Amino acid sequence: MLALLVGVSLILLTAYFGESPSSPLHNVQRGIVEVVSPLQQGASTVLSPVKDVAGWFSDTLQAKSQNDQLHAQLNKATKALAYYEQKATLTSQLEAQLKLDDTNSISSYQPVSADVIGADPTLWYQTIEIDQGSDDGITMNDPVTGSGALVGKVTELGSSFSIVTLITDHTFAVTAEVLDGTGETGVLLPAVGSPNQLLLQDLPSSATGIQSGQLVVTAGFKDPQDPDLNSLYPPGIPIGTVSSANQNELLNNQQVQVAPAANLRHLSVVQVLTRPHAGTARAQVP
Amino acid sequence: MNVTGSSLRLPLRLILLALVTVVVQESAVSQISIFGVSADITPLVVMSVGLLAGSLPGAIMGFGTGLLVDTVLVQTLGVTSLLYIAIGYWSGRLRELRDPAHGLVPLAAGAAATAVAGLGMTLIQFLLGVDAPVSLLLLQQIFITVLVNTLIALPVYALVRRVVQPVLPDDPRRRRRRAYTTGGLSPLQRPSQRLGQISRGSP
Repeated sequence: MLALLVGVSLILLTAYFGESPSSPLHNVQRGIVEVVSPLQQGASTVLSPVKDVAGWFSDTLQAKSQNDQLHAQLNKATKALAYYEQKATLTSQLEAQLKLDDTNSISSYQPVSADVIGADPTLWYQTIEIDQGSDDGITMNDPVTGSGALVGKVTELGSSFSIVTLITDHTFAVTAEVLDGTGETGVLLPAVGSPNQLLLQDLPSSATGIQSGQLVVTAGFKDPQDPDLNSLYPPGIPIGTVSSANQNELLNNQQVQVAPAANLRHLSVVQVLTRPHAGTARAQVP
Repeated sequence: MNVTGSSLRLPLRLILLALVTVVVQESAVSQISIFGVSADITPLVVMSVGLLAGSLPGAIMGFGTGLLVDTVLVQTLGVTSLLYIAIGYWSGRLRELRDPAHGLVPLAAGAAATAVAGLGMTLIQFLLGVDAPVSLLLLQQIFITVLVNTLIALPVYALVRRVVQPVLPDDPRRRRRRAYTTGGLSPLQRPSQRLGQISRGSP
């Protein structure tokens, strides 16, 4: 009996691993999730007071250490705000002169709000389940934001549910840009086992101006020759801030550490950007 | 007819227990962060069933719970069930070979079960291939998860025992041990009576 159970597990593992997402095993799996997701939705609603109380205790324990960090960040942000407000005024004047449109704002990507009804506890598969699916206009690979920052993308889709792979999952990668004045671009990867840390790799060796606290956003790119090469993520979605920019690591490995802006272990509501490729023609330069 | 009904009671309870465990785990427990990690009650429930019901029910419960976890999270099927079979089987063997009676056994078994689940998942992921850099903090995270799970192992075991114990077939070895610890093999003789006899015989 034991050998049979182990054998079945190994057969399932081998069969599933080599199959395409439209294979029978995947379809059966999605069918079962369709049945279980209303149960999860109900349980999530019923148990939300418990989650809130536990979350409150967890947040309170972390509050003291976060307080000092946030004070330091606030000082930096106040200085940056004055600088960027001045730039924003200038930009809006220039946009008006050049008749630029504003289709690259988040609201233009038709965000769909969704409740988180399930989460994965393991350190390897970092996924969440949300209560909106293809019936609500969500499609595969749609970017997902939470707390105003990128948290992942849709990787499994049902009519009434979606599975979102978080940016800390080992299969995730996104091109990202550091807002350091020069806009250095690299590939953002998770550091498996460290849910509060991401690695921005493949930075140019000249990127020595990167410092801790600088904002990291999605780079987003479009290839006019080949639309298939367009990035899945629109540009400008915040991802996090540079948490450690060691100059030696930057020179030798061309990478910096990034702390995600959203608390990925405590997501209750997210937004799915259902039209991530909205802004087509951005500028009409005379 | 009654025999069939009573023999089905244990599998039915185990199926219901597995379903409730997985739904509660994914809907609530996974979303509660303690020291930066989430508790995982699924290996604890499998371990508890193994300790209470034996190796074969433990292994079957492990297979079923693991399969349900992989299905609900739309993950590679078979990975979690493979690990949970081992947890259920070995906790069942611990009961069959040693029959531990100490109240803290579920605590140690819970820690071991969580460690097997965490390290086993890491090993399988490395075998399947990892696309991203792996931080050494992974080991720290596994260690913290083991600690958190150890803290909740006793209440989880108590809950599982409440669900499973009433439908378990009576084990002769346990009955014998219970008889010794409660003062005698005869149910007609109370421990107070035995003590009274001893005191009368002594000078």
